[in-house]
Amino acid sequence: MFRYIVRRLLQMVLTFFGATFVVYALMFANIDDPLQALVGDRPLTDTQRSALNAQYHLNDGFFTQYWHYVSGLLTGDLGQSLTGRPIGDMLAQAWPVTMRLALLAIVIAAAVAVGAGVLSGLRRGGAFDTVTLVLTLLVLAMPIVVLAPLAQLVFGIQLGWFPPTATRDANLYQLLLPALVLGTLVVATELRVTRASVAENLRSDYVRTARAKGLAPKRVVGVHVLRNSLIPVVTLIGVDIGVLMSGAVVTEGVFNIPGVGFNLLRGIRTEDGPLVVSFVSVLVIVFLVINLIVDLLYAALDPRIRYE
Amino acid sequence: MTDITAQMDALPGMDPRAPLLHVDDLHVEFRTRDGVARAVNGVNLWLNPGETLAVLGESGCGKSVTAQAIMGILDTPPGHVTAGRVLYRGVDLLRLPENERRKVRANRIAMIFQDALSALNPVYTVGFQLAELFRVHRGASRREAKRRAVDLLDQVRIPDARRRVDDYPHQFSGGMRQRVMIAMALALDPEVLIADEPTTALDVTVQAQIMSLLADLQRQRNMGLILITHDMGVVADVADRIAVMYAGKVVEDAPVYDIYAHPAHAYTKALLESIPRLDHKGQPLNVIRGLPPALTDIPSGCAFHPRCAYAREICRLEPPPSYQIAPQRVTSCHFVREVLGV
Repeated sequence: MFRYIVRRLLQMVLTFFGATFVVYALMFANIDDPLQALVGDRPLTDTQRSALNAQYHLNDGFFTQYWHYVSGLLTGDLGQSLTGRPIGDMLAQAWPVTMRLALLAIVIAAAVAVGAGVLSGLRRGGAFDTVTLVLTLLVLAMPIVVLAPLAQLVFGIQLGWFPPTATRDANLYQLLLPALVLGTLVVATELRVTRASVAENLRSDYVRTARAKGLAPKRVVGVHVLRNSLIPVVTLIGVDIGVLMSGAVVTEGVFNIPGVGFNLLRGIRTEDGPLVVSFVSVLVIVFLVINLIVDLLYAALDPRIRYE
Repeated sequence: MTDITAQMDALPGMDPRAPLLHVDDLHVEFRTRDGVARAVNGVNLWLNPGETLAVLGESGCGKSVTAQAIMGILDTPPGHVTAGRVLYRGVDLLRLPENERRKVRANRIAMIFQDALSALNPVYTVGFQLAELFRVHRGASRREAKRRAVDLLDQVRIPDARRRVDDYPHQFSGGMRQRVMIAMALALDPEVLIADEPTTALDVTVQAQIMSLLADLQRQRNMGLILITHDMGVVADVADRIAVMYAGKVVEDAPVYDIYAHPAHAYTKALLESIPRLDHKGQPLNVIRGLPPALTDIPSGCAFHPRCAYAREICRLEPPPSYQIAPQRVTSCHFVREVLGV
């Protein structure tokens, strides 16, 4: 187990550098004139331009720029955004709010998905199952670019149940509506996986054994069906946490939440290479760590899996 | 055990002098989208304490469904018991409310399954799955339940039971897993054990060990054993009586010696003749031509007639009645005399 974790951590280092390199290369290829993008429509004098070029190494070749970036990274200096703000500070401000938003979203989504999924898996073809089937299809079919402004308009402005936007220091109540919207990204799939898994395990031989042992239906489901059924669901939920943290771009944009997605979107628009690369790199790390945790959890849930 | 006797009295209408188990005219059908599959069509069986009844038949003849109906663990839907009685000591289990019936399972009638790997829950230790029985049915403490689980593993001769009780099913070999299954079935000292193809998934040497273990445990406990199998070799060694099933009916029911010496049903005879024999080396094997009928479309009259060497017009038209040809011998064949050669 220990050796497995060490090996995975070493793999993570490689993956991390690979990913930053690719992102850096993509960003480099995409940059047209970041300085003009920075100042907008105002004219930029030649002296200003050359000073900024020198500050951000914009005239150097790709590998030199990448080298500047990585060496900064290794000494703990994430560098500056093209707006002049230290990227480290920006990350420190953006991550907590995104983290809160994503975790709130996943808790809501997972609770709904597992609860409703187990119920509809137990009574397939029943009224509840049919209704959830239709609802999940609806949710799946509704893109978040439609859902987010719609929810903001109806619940945030017309009904006034929730604040229509959230700030950096948003409390859970302010984040509730964005979290619900964000949760729709993953709730439908999680629900369908839970349902299918429960239905499959209900038909399994060991459930027949449990019934032959004279156990009450409550115990058959609660002890024997549930734990087996949740193994694939837990994996999915783990991966979804990563999806929600990186996938909050639209939601954060609509609800004006200054999180990771919000910054990322702005960075891409202003061709702010250092900013984009740093944010994506942190996302990569988060993904890798979550995947490792999920894999370890998987082994804890299913004794047949042992990591050597 | 005293606690079992106490519970026995609790079952309403129970008569200790009544036969241990009597299945009377049982009908089970599966209602599927492709039509109604009549899996069991009037099965009659009886079982006495200490007796081994082998239920013999090809795949799909209704053996397992009969067993599941006796246990009350049919998948409903699609499976439905449409008629008949399952009398345990005079109590019709099919009429018991579910919460009463649940107490019959494992306590009085227990079952072991063919594939012990899939029949055991992969995510719990065998100790947990054994102890569960004592905790749920006997209200035993965790510690007491585990002690009895170790005891049981000892009884089914699993070496080093104290350590292995904390292992998971996948850490056992096939034969050891089936021993765990047996331990689980015998945990609460049932009077009837139904073994559904208990050795089919095992290799031959292990098969013999498991069968002799079952026979020993049965003798110690004077338990009634229903052994469901398609293996004629296994049957000959351990059974007292054989019920041969075809298309959801018992076509012949007789003591094991009689059936091997003088089969009284054309199907039984054909089955026996299809056993490969060493003295027939080099000759083609005898097979029963054709396939067992689809349960959605069972032939009229005697269901075996399309495959039968003795079949005549009457076999197609009329279902054969049950002939009692000797004490304890029942057969349903129009041409029982020809088959017997008398």
